Amino acid sequence: MTEVLMEVRDLKVHFPITTGVLFDRVVGHVKAVDGVDLSVPRGQTYGLVGESGCGKSTLGRAILQLTPPTTGEVRFDGVELTKLPANKMRGMRRRMQMIFQDPMSSLDPRQNVESILTEGLAAHGIGAGRTERRDIINKTLDAVGLPHWALSRYPHEFSGGQRQRIGIARALVLGPELIVADEPVSALDVSIQAQVINLLDELQEELGLTYLVIAHDLAVVRHISDVVGVMYLGALVEEAPSDRLYREPLHPYTRALMSAVPVPDPEVEDRRERILLAGDLPSPANPPPGCRFHTRCPWAQPTRCASERPVLRDVGGTKVACHWAEQIAAGELRPHEVRVELVRPGDEGEAPSVVSAPSEPGSYV
Amino acid sequence: MALLDVKDLSVTFARRGQRTVHAVDGVSFSVDAGEVVGLVGESGCGKSVTSLALMGLLPRQRGVSVGGSAIFDGTDLLQLDQRSMRDVRGRDVAMIFQDPLSSLNPVIPIGLQVTEVLVRHRDMGREAARKEAVALLDRVGIPDPQRRLKEYPHQLSGGMRQRALIAMAVACQPRLLIADEPTTALDVTIQAQILELLKELVRDSDTALIMITHDLGVVAGMCDTINVLYAGRVVETARRKELFAGRRHPYTVGLLRSIPRLDAGRGEKLTPIRGSVRDVLPWTEGCAFAPRCDFRVDACLGEPPAMTPTHTGHEYRCVNPVPLSQPEEARA
Amino acid sequence: MRSTIPRGPRMTLAPGKKKEKLDRLAELSAVRDDEQGVSLWREAMRRLRRNPSAIVGAAILVIFVLVAVVGPFLVPFDPVDQSGIREGVIKPGSIPGSSAEHWLGYDHQGRDEFSRLIVGARQTLIVGIVSTLIGLTIGVTIGGIAGAAAGLGGRWGRLIDSVLMRIVDMLLSLPSLLLAVSVAALLGPSLTTVMIAVGVVSVPIFARLLRGSMIAQANRDYVLAASSLGVRKSRIAISHIVPNSLAPVIVQATLTLATAIIEVAALSFLGLGNPDSTQPEWGLMLADAQVYLDVRPGLAIYPALGIIITALGFTLLGEAMREALDPKLRR
Repeated sequence: MTEVLMEVRDLKVHFPITTGVLFDRVVGHVKAVDGVDLSVPRGQTYGLVGESGCGKSTLGRAILQLTPPTTGEVRFDGVELTKLPANKMRGMRRRMQMIFQDPMSSLDPRQNVESILTEGLAAHGIGAGRTERRDIINKTLDAVGLPHWALSRYPHEFSGGQRQRIGIARALVLGPELIVADEPVSALDVSIQAQVINLLDELQEELGLTYLVIAHDLAVVRHISDVVGVMYLGALVEEAPSDRLYREPLHPYTRALMSAVPVPDPEVEDRRERILLAGDLPSPANPPPGCRFHTRCPWAQPTRCASERPVLRDVGGTKVACHWAEQIAAGELRPHEVRVELVRPGDEGEAPSVVSAPSEPGSYV
Repeated sequence: MALLDVKDLSVTFARRGQRTVHAVDGVSFSVDAGEVVGLVGESGCGKSVTSLALMGLLPRQRGVSVGGSAIFDGTDLLQLDQRSMRDVRGRDVAMIFQDPLSSLNPVIPIGLQVTEVLVRHRDMGREAARKEAVALLDRVGIPDPQRRLKEYPHQLSGGMRQRALIAMAVACQPRLLIADEPTTALDVTIQAQILELLKELVRDSDTALIMITHDLGVVAGMCDTINVLYAGRVVETARRKELFAGRRHPYTVGLLRSIPRLDAGRGEKLTPIRGSVRDVLPWTEGCAFAPRCDFRVDACLGEPPAMTPTHTGHEYRCVNPVPLSQPEEARA
Repeated sequence: MRSTIPRGPRMTLAPGKKKEKLDRLAELSAVRDDEQGVSLWREAMRRLRRNPSAIVGAAILVIFVLVAVVGPFLVPFDPVDQSGIREGVIKPGSIPGSSAEHWLGYDHQGRDEFSRLIVGARQTLIVGIVSTLIGLTIGVTIGGIAGAAAGLGGRWGRLIDSVLMRIVDMLLSLPSLLLAVSVAALLGPSLTTVMIAVGVVSVPIFARLLRGSMIAQANRDYVLAASSLGVRKSRIAISHIVPNSLAPVIVQATLTLATAIIEVAALSFLGLGNPDSTQPEWGLMLADAQVYLDVRPGLAIYPALGIIITALGFTLLGEAMREALDPKLRR
């Protein structure tokens, strides 16, 4: 039984919406993260997936205490982070680092690579002298596949993939145990993405790292994660081991998400059934009552869905937050004819049949 | 007869004190009426510049030069003057851009932007144009179109904005639609909606569509013919199923092997392409992909390879292509 | 291999793999390993060198500074010496113009115009620099505190920022002329008064510029990255945010220098400056010359030209610097 390195309990991050000239007056809250429980076992990769506005990036930052959580607990190796005083928290930061999405904006353009890598060491007093620090830095550069002469160069002299490697090196130089990767490859070219994904895989193997990978690209997350959690509007709607999630998604949102991802294989594309969601994401400042997804859910039922918020519960090894998960999986509940656009592509050349959905006022932002 | 026939399109940008950039270096492809053609490639391959050149939207500066021909229904688009091009744009050929927020005028309501197109190209009166605009917005799936006419772009979500852009593009029932990364900035579920919409529109009005994207999954689901671009030239072109089943060019193979797939298992190794898009040879010195190619032979350096035609219409620009019997990893 | 990392997982890499990685990268990368890295400043300097208006502006400034510094030691005549009156060449209605001895002729009080012009350059330079410096130091301090507080300080920081910016807004709402006249009334007319007045007027510009720039930088990912590394907030502000926020301030400083010279001249013209007109200063010279426009327009034209050309030089250089430092125009 692998130990749990990082555990999150009922985490909420609510951003106040303020007005006012001199003194801010709170008029509402954006509930970016609204009650999330998850745990990441040591040495494994947890993939957090979801579309824009689901709160996954905020969750990642809240875990690292870069954005202070509004309520909830974050336990790292047994230590409760939210209650730590500032200087102890700074010391803890050595053990958990972050990799950012945009390699250009996450590197200070005025710092050369050596300075970027030394900064962390200096902040924690690691390495007795310049030579010792140089040694650590050189080893880190080797680990990420960057040459030593990169030290005197500046970020703008590198390509996107190389800059991302610099970001990874910066995170590694302190010898962390947990790395939160916020969209580590989405800003990179397709052919470079694979290089960086492989690098992250290798590093995990060699150094025994634990990853929390946050991404919107389901295929990337599938590839790199052991456990995957799906977020919608600030809450986890499904969590399962990677293979199981992709084979048998239980939550209606997960199913819609899966069916929407393009696959580079015409046979697969022709055969698959698409579940098209209607309209857009509700505003996180005003989430729907009850189940957050019920306004767009093709399987929404008149009872419970609009009034009762479902908890994340275990259904045959998968954790899912849906009142009707078992019935949907067994086929007892049919998707609404009214709400959803279900497209079943026929053979090439035939017009597929479309059931169009009349829109309901209020379900669009 | 093809609706659009592009031959040897080239676009060069020359700036004083900097190296000349050959953004597009001899691109040729054709589009039939009602066909969906994909232009696939990563950043820097020239696909966006190609579409701008076709639409006559390249900046008019001294350093910008366009060569080759693009025959659209008998007229060479590249030879048209500004005025004639303006007539063609919107009426016969329309474009959908990547970022709807920057493509829509933020200070003009949506309704006005759509009616503007109608008034300009279809000579409609105000009232008739307004009615038509409502019908168009409804057609593209924007709910409550009457109310939306008065709204501004920032009041709509990304998906709705893109739908509005599409409405403007199809307002005059153009015969050719060019979509430049129309869904790259959108979430994946919204992307599915928009792509479905495009498919519908194309089918219903027999419009031809040029789909420009870097996502091979998108072209697998949408396009009839696919052209793969690298460093400003088409390196492989084939019908949809043939490209994926029988790919020959090492770049295409490399791309497909390096993309993580939704239906692949955890832990299946990705094979990245060596180096980066900056490691490129000018086409005059040989094959531009040679520095990164695993199948490189001596013949690849020196002479640029020509397109090898096959009897199925599948063409590839390579002197040592990937053998057809190359064993591929089994896909679940 | 002795590990030098105190705690945490091991950081070594199998030798075979490492060589493979380096070979791949070294073979393909175009950057040579004997070159020094090119920082953003270096790159900006490179671009400046190629920009023709930057070269022109810089040339003007170099000449101006040379004249101002060295000129007074080389002038043919004493600028204060009213030789013309002694020699009796100044008559009502007639002031001699250019001659072989006096290259630009005499001024209305019989002094050598050319020498006054040269020595006036120094005074004008000092005046421009001092007033800009006053505005710069005060403005940058206020803006820096406000920017750091707003970007990093949380709720209290935003409050401090609000208060400081309201003070700046109040300064901004006073018309500059009114402000200058008030300062002069307080301090009595002198060159120092004028410099202080012009300096105070430019404080809000610098304050807002730096504050805005710092807030924009504080939202960037690299600041977050530094926090996540465990770097203290004060260090982040000083070593990350401030250096990246300075570019617009520097550009503004050069442009302000240009307008400061003009404004000081204008205020002297209005009589708020040094009442003693023996020490030459271009603005003052311009003021004095207005009575003699019909007799000797040159007395007005020469200092005016001086002011215009110098201001132009600073403006050209400032605009060119703004272009050179603009990250969007980078390669």
